[in-house]
Amino acid sequence: MSEMHHIAISTRALDLWYGSFQALRNINVSIKDGIITSLIGPSGCGKTTLLRCFNRVNERYGNVRTSGTIELLGKNIYDPDISLIELRKSVGMVFQRPNPLPISVYENVVFGLRIHATDGKPHRDELDAAVEKSLTEVGLWKDLKDRLHDRAVGLQLEQQQKLCIARLLPLKPEIILMDEPCSALDVEGTRGIEELMFALKGRYTIVIVTHNMAQARRASDECIFMLLGELIEHTRTGDLFLNPKNPKTAEYIEGRYG
Amino acid sequence: MTAIPASGERVRTRLPGRKPLVILGERALEILIRLSGFSAIFFVLAIFFFVFREAAPVLFDAEFDAKEFLFSTEWYPTSERNVRYGTWALTFGSVAVTALAMVIAVPFGLGAAIYISEFSGKKQKEILKIVIELLAAIPSVVWGFIGLTVMSKLIVDLTGAPVGVNLLNGGIILALMSIPIIVSIGEDALKAVPDSFREAAEALGATKLQMIRRVLLPAARNGLLAAVLLGVGRAVGETMAVLMATGHAVRIPHGPLDSVRTLTANIAAELGEAAAGSPHYRVLFLTGVLLFVITFVVNLTADMAIRGLRRK
Repeated sequence: MSEMHHIAISTRALDLWYGSFQALRNINVSIKDGIITSLIGPSGCGKTTLLRCFNRVNERYGNVRTSGTIELLGKNIYDPDISLIELRKSVGMVFQRPNPLPISVYENVVFGLRIHATDGKPHRDELDAAVEKSLTEVGLWKDLKDRLHDRAVGLQLEQQQKLCIARLLPLKPEIILMDEPCSALDVEGTRGIEELMFALKGRYTIVIVTHNMAQARRASDECIFMLLGELIEHTRTGDLFLNPKNPKTAEYIEGRYG
Repeated sequence: MTAIPASGERVRTRLPGRKPLVILGERALEILIRLSGFSAIFFVLAIFFFVFREAAPVLFDAEFDAKEFLFSTEWYPTSERNVRYGTWALTFGSVAVTALAMVIAVPFGLGAAIYISEFSGKKQKEILKIVIELLAAIPSVVWGFIGLTVMSKLIVDLTGAPVGVNLLNGGIILALMSIPIIVSIGEDALKAVPDSFREAAEALGATKLQMIRRVLLPAARNGLLAAVLLGVGRAVGETMAVLMATGHAVRIPHGPLDSVRTLTANIAAELGEAAAGSPHYRVLFLTGVLLFVITFVVNLTADMAIRGLRRK
């Protein structure tokens, strides 16, 4: 790599089990700061599991066990003194199905500010400014500025997904994780989200899981290929698709299996 | 189409038609289901009709004073010289007991529903749900019995009230009776909130309590409101337990330690002694109509509240 990049996320000897099933095997990866990294691989390869480790949201299911370390923002997130609340504040997540909260557009955007407010209630002007700024950044302000108090679940899917991105921004996250963010969207919606990703990259480190190889190819700088819980190859997206080093990668991108 | 190999003649299947008997049976079943649906409306109307028919003669009697019936506290149905039928104290008793019951039952019921749905483990959840269903299966006369003996003694010991059967006793007993309904309907409402909402809130760094307060409760509020109102319905209509636990005194209570009588308990206690067709008998039926109207208004407001919330 010619440019020097800081490392945003690095894992060492990361193993993960769901009950007795091992979903991740010895993952050692360094994801660079400020670029878009895509995770690809056939269903069940562990790419979503890996993504959901980075904000530890996969621990909701109770039967998850991990070993190894994930260093993120200079700290191992499995350290006992880590605050999950602070971690999730810095590592935002966008889900497969747009999941705006069942409250108004406005309240969705300021939700993070409200729950993370440390001293008393956040000021109204502050919230208003955050809403305008975040919605402008994701390109929704023009369409929604007169509908801020409508229920968010009534929006079009593309708008919902952009809103789900917008509500992360007031918290000034370092990293945005996206779990197949376009799989519920049509072509236009997908393009909208991809353009938004380009606009956000640089300021945020983006990690995206996708089923769609073409999307990984057009929308990411680096690409990680996973298979059966193992990391097979991690390199610049162009190189991965043009001259993959590992024959398994080559066969996958040629569509021999998947 | 490719040519069929000569070795095997291809057999063309035909789409079979349905037998007339099957079609007929299906239609009959459909009619039966529709009838059972409409029967609910029919039964409600029929019940209202029969209760109203018994009450009608007194209602249309020239001497009947609707204002006295509704707003007078004087209930002397068997007085020799001056018979008075004022139900205000009874209505007030019903409302007071129900209100007190809800003050106790709503926080406990909703709290239990939230605990079962969000905090308890799988096994604990099963056990709690079974126990709460058992609680709902206790007959009301048993509750009344508990009120009359255990609760009443406790209240006298703890508060020094002269009698243990009073508003407080009835309120607590009714609360215990409505809690299982509030818990099970409330838990259903919380369970129906999609998990993606919880996940979204947690991924934004919300604590469990923030998630419950800001996401879960707004998302489930219609169902929770329905749970509370079903609890109210149960409390207003309950007869046997309040008959035994409230002390049966016709008067406006001045505090939770005063005895009261409810509309339901009054009908249950007096109808057996009133001669069929007598004015007393008919007024009791009219009290039934009043009760019917009250529950109807509660249900209607509930329905409108839920619709109003949904629109918003």
